Order: sequence, then C-alpha cells, then structure tokens
Amino acid sequence: MKKMFRGKKYFIEALWEGLLKISGSVTSIIIILIVLFLFSEGMGLFKKNVIEEGYVIAVNKNNPIKDLTPQQIKDVFDVKIETWKELGADVSGNQIVVLRLDDIPNYFPEEEIAEDMSNLPQIISQILDDNPGMIAFVPKDFTQTNFTGKILDLGNINFKDFFGGKEWFPTAQPAHQFGVIPIVMGTLWVSLGAILIALPFGLAVAIYSAELASKAVHKVLKPIIELLAGIPSVVYGFFGLVVIVPLIQKTFNLDVGETGLAGSIVLAIMALPTIITIAEDALRSTPRAMKEASLALGANKWQTIVKVTIPYSISGITAGVVLGIGRAIGETMAVLMVTGNAAVIPHTLLEPVRTIPATIAAELGEAPKGGAHYEALFVLGCILFVITLLINLTVEYISYRNKNKVA
Amino acid sequence: MKNLRKIALAIALALVVTPMLNAQKIKGSDTVLPLSQKEAEAYGKKGGKVTVTGGGSGVGIAALIDGTTDIAQASRKMKFSERQKLQSAGKQAKEVVIAMDALAVVVNPNNKVSQLTRQQLEDIFTGKITNWKQVGGEDLKIVVYSRESSSGTYEFFKEHVMKNKNYMSSVLSMPATGAIIQSIKQTKGAIGYVGLAYLNKEVKAIKVSYDGKNFVAPTLEASKNGTYPIVRPLLYYYDIRKSKAVTPFLNFVLSKEGQKIVSNVGYIPVK
Repeated sequence: MKKMFRGKKYFIEALWEGLLKISGSVTSIIIILIVLFLFSEGMGLFKKNVIEEGYVIAVNKNNPIKDLTPQQIKDVFDVKIETWKELGADVSGNQIVVLRLDDIPNYFPEEEIAEDMSNLPQIISQILDDNPGMIAFVPKDFTQTNFTGKILDLGNINFKDFFGGKEWFPTAQPAHQFGVIPIVMGTLWVSLGAILIALPFGLAVAIYSAELASKAVHKVLKPIIELLAGIPSVVYGFFGLVVIVPLIQKTFNLDVGETGLAGSIVLAIMALPTIITIAEDALRSTPRAMKEASLALGANKWQTIVKVTIPYSISGITAGVVLGIGRAIGETMAVLMVTGNAAVIPHTLLEPVRTIPATIAAELGEAPKGGAHYEALFVLGCILFVITLLINLTVEYISYRNKNKVA
Repeated sequence: MKNLRKIALAIALALVVTPMLNAQKIKGSDTVLPLSQKEAEAYGKKGGKVTVTGGGSGVGIAALIDGTTDIAQASRKMKFSERQKLQSAGKQAKEVVIAMDALAVVVNPNNKVSQLTRQQLEDIFTGKITNWKQVGGEDLKIVVYSRESSSGTYEFFKEHVMKNKNYMSSVLSMPATGAIIQSIKQTKGAIGYVGLAYLNKEVKAIKVSYDGKNFVAPTLEASKNGTYPIVRPLLYYYDIRKSKAVTPFLNFVLSKEGQKIVSNVGYIPVK
C-alpha cells in the first residue's frame, strides 16, 4: 500500500513537470513561428511589381524609353520632370503629357465613351497614337485587346529602392514609393534619445530608492512609480500633445513643437517606471551580509553601492534596462500623437520624425491584405525586430562582461 | 455554490453577446463617424442595433473586402484597385450617398491670411510655397498638417484640391481630425484641412476660390447651394448579397428623420 501511495505522488509531480515542459516548448515554438511569419510575409514584397496592381504604364509605340525608377515615375506624374530628355529618351515634341483615366474626357467627348467602358481600349490606343509625348497610367484590362501603344515593364521592387529610398509614399499612384531610410532614422533617433534620457534617470532613482531613501520616503515613492507604469499610453500621448509639444515650441523657439524630442521625452517617461521598479527590486535583493561585510572592511556607503551592490544585481538591472528599452522602441500610440509623423530624414532631434511603430499602426488597417503596401509594413516590422534584437544583445553582452569582471 | 456562479457567468456572457450577434456593423471613415453614431442612437431607440467604429475610409473598405463589417462608411469613392479586390473576393459593392460634406481649410486664429486660391493651396501642400509672406501674410514658415494616408479626407483633398499631385514629404501626418485641430490651435504658422462638422472657434476657416475671383467661406448654406467648391459625398458601401439585412437602417438614414440628423451634425442632407 505504501509503495503505491508513493508512486501516485511521483506520478502527479511527473505530470506537472511534463505540463510545464510542454508549455515552455509550446511558447518557444509559437514565438519562433511568429517571427518566421513576419519574415515570410515581408519577403513577398520583393516579388511585387513596382506599379500598382491591376494597372500599367503605357507610352506611344515609337517612344524609345525602356525603364523608369519609381522615383522618376513619381516625379513625372507630379509634373516635376517635364521633358523626355531628362529621362534620356529622344521623343518628338519632347514635352511629357500625363494621362490618367479621369483625363480621357479632355481628349474624347464623353458621349463617345460607352456606358460599360467597352470601347476604352480603342480610345486609349488612339489617344496614345495622336500624342507621341504621352505617358498613360491606365487599368490593365483596358490594354488587353487591340492595343497599339507600348506597355513598359518596370520590374519588381528591389532591395536598393526599398532600403535605400528616401521617400515613403505608400499610396502614391502610379508607383508606390517605399523608401525606408527616413523611417528607420526616425526610429533610431527617437529611441536613442529616449534611452539617453531614461537610463541615467531610471538608474539614479532606483539607487536612491533602494539604498538612500528613508523608510517614509520609500513608502510613498514606490507606489507612485508603480502607478505610473499602469497609465495607458494614449494618456501619455495626449499629455505630450497638449503640454510637452507647446513647451518645446516655446523653449526652443521653433516653428512647430511636434518633434523627435517630444517623442523621446514621452517615451522616456513611459520607460522610467519599468526600469526603476525592476532595477530597484534587483538592488534590494543584495544580501545584507555582503553589504555589511563591505562596510566592516572600511568602505563608505558610496563605495559599497558602486563596488558591491550594483555589480551583484547587474543581471536584474540589465533585465530592467532591456524591458525599458523594449518599451521605448516599440511604443506606438504616444509617439504617433507627438512626433508629427513626417517621413523626412532628421538632422536634429528638433524636427518632426516618423517612427516604424507609428507607421505600422497608422497604415496597416488600410493596406489591402496581400498587397505591396501590406508586405512593406511587414518588412518594416522585421527591421524593428532586428533593431530591438541588436540592442538587447548589446545590453546583455555589456552586463555579461561586467559580471565576469566582478567574478 | 460553485455551479451557481458558473451559471450566472454564462447567462451574463450570453446577455452581452446576443445583442452583438444581431447588430449591424459599420466601420470606416472618421468623418462619417459622428453622423453614423447619431443615426445609430436614433435607430436604437426604434429597436434596432448598430455598432459603429472609425479608423479611416481605407480601413472600412478593407473590412468590407474581408467581410468583417456589414457597411463601410467612406468619405471618398472606392478606388479601382479596391473594387477589383472586392470582385475577386466574390462580393459586389453597392454605393449609397447619405450626406454631403464640405472640407474647410483652417489656419491658426492669429493668422492674418483669410483667403486662398486652389492653386495657392496646391502649392502650399506640395511644398512649392513655404512662407506665409508669399501669400500675403507675415514672414512665418508654413507648417502643413494633414491626415494619415488611410483617410478618405486625405485622398479627397489630394484628388480635388491638389489635382492628384502628391503631398510633400515634410507634411505632418496626424492620426485624427481632433489632433489636427489641437495642433493648429497651438502652432502659429499652421494650415490644415478638416471636415465641416469638426469646425469650431479654436481655428480659423479660410475662404477658398477655384477661379481666382469668387472667394467663398465654408458655411452650410454655401455648401448646399454649390458656391463653396470643396464639397464631397459621404458614402455607405455594402455587399449586395447583404442588402436585405442593411436596407432597414439605410432607409432610416435616407428618411426625413435621418436627414434631419444629418443637418444637426453639421453635414448637408441629400434630400
């Protein structure tokens, strides 16, 4: 009887161990699957055509032009490039004339266009024949039958245009502009600014609260800081928009207060409670025996803190720092409201910037599923993942070296 | 006791979920949002149930294509590519005009400029004009605010006022009309555009002219009789196969009572 009873207890323990193991591995597998999904969706972008789906760019059949970059297409349709010579093509008349679907009534009386648009292919062919300098942006369906113009094959979106492009206009017609440099730079500037503000402040408050504050002060301080961690990010964003932005505008005498600095300050305020709470708990967990041994050997309070307490709790402090940085980089709503979201490469922190989380939040709802814009946003997510991973690895490496130095 | 608690929880859950199952879902434009909410409230008093969410016209139409909403509210016409996606998803959209809206161009109340032509507006938003002194104001840099690219207001402004030219890169994109009003109120050189229903005393509306001679202010009368040029239709899109389910609500919106709500919210009734 006794042997059976022991067996039952052992069985239940083994069951719990098995469940925990399974949940651990299931969690890890799910995380890996999410990351793989992110990258696989993103890579689909580079198989998509430069021109918006369902449309083509056509020119007169005698036009020698072969290839256009997305940037050139945008400038042509924005009437910033006006002659064919600028594109390197020799066309009679030289003047570029842009044709969109809505412009057709300017060349053909509306009565002659059929109700169901069935004679549009002939109409478009004729307009192109009559105007040698014309470039047309029309739906593909209208160029399938009896088309006498030349359809340009502009290839797929390539790495250079995406990672090296300087303009982000995902809904521009005819060619979407997916240049990520301004957005990545914006993210890096805002995040690094936030980390520079939050880290020193956070560690200082943690050390004060753990080591130097009196019991009364500590009793009040800790709940307040933990309360700050619970405030929703939209509230921080609103606070930033109404208080911090005009403050920055007045202090630095700027034209507009929505800047990267406003974003950094708001992010720092949001990351602070995380860093403080975790670092402080880590510092408090230093055994009294170690601190008292150091004091007994003749070190004063500051030397104890710097040489004994901090190195002992470095792994906890690192954890707090990593979580705080993660919050700073990934925060979406607050940044969306205060940085101005202008996709321009910033040269100082006092200019409007656009960050990756804000871009994804603002645009993913609209992007048609499976389209180029949708996949471009996934690639942005991949870039954010890689940035966060690199920063976390750096922080872990620094703490690892410190730990080894102490040992 | 434990069983009783479970039963109570299940009943509570059922009570919450069941109305949601039969509710009509409207999703999309933030411009149409206040109107849809008032209509849904009034329709609710008659016994129906309608839930309304915003997000932008693009968000609403994407939800219609995915099948996660019954009606998509939009402040712009459906794009050709969206129509094609809808077709390949096996759905066919029906368009209903429920109201008209005027788009007001607004500046900071301290700005001396009170009127602009369409060409000047296009040059300001594409970045050709950068200082207020170029259009008759003080020597102050123009700070341009706009909605995000998922907004129907953004698209309409681009098509009709900027004649399809792209905005300049340094335009500040705000996530909602409320944020635009807040930012323009506190920035001296600011200019932006908002729907007529969002216009209030905190910002100054500018008179606009398309022909260079007649400058008209954005008021309800001017939009109704056609003298104010920046007017657009507000639309509901729905899948034809679901017309039986959505018709009662649509008839309510187009009825005398529904159109009166349109006037009260600040838009222009269609009937």
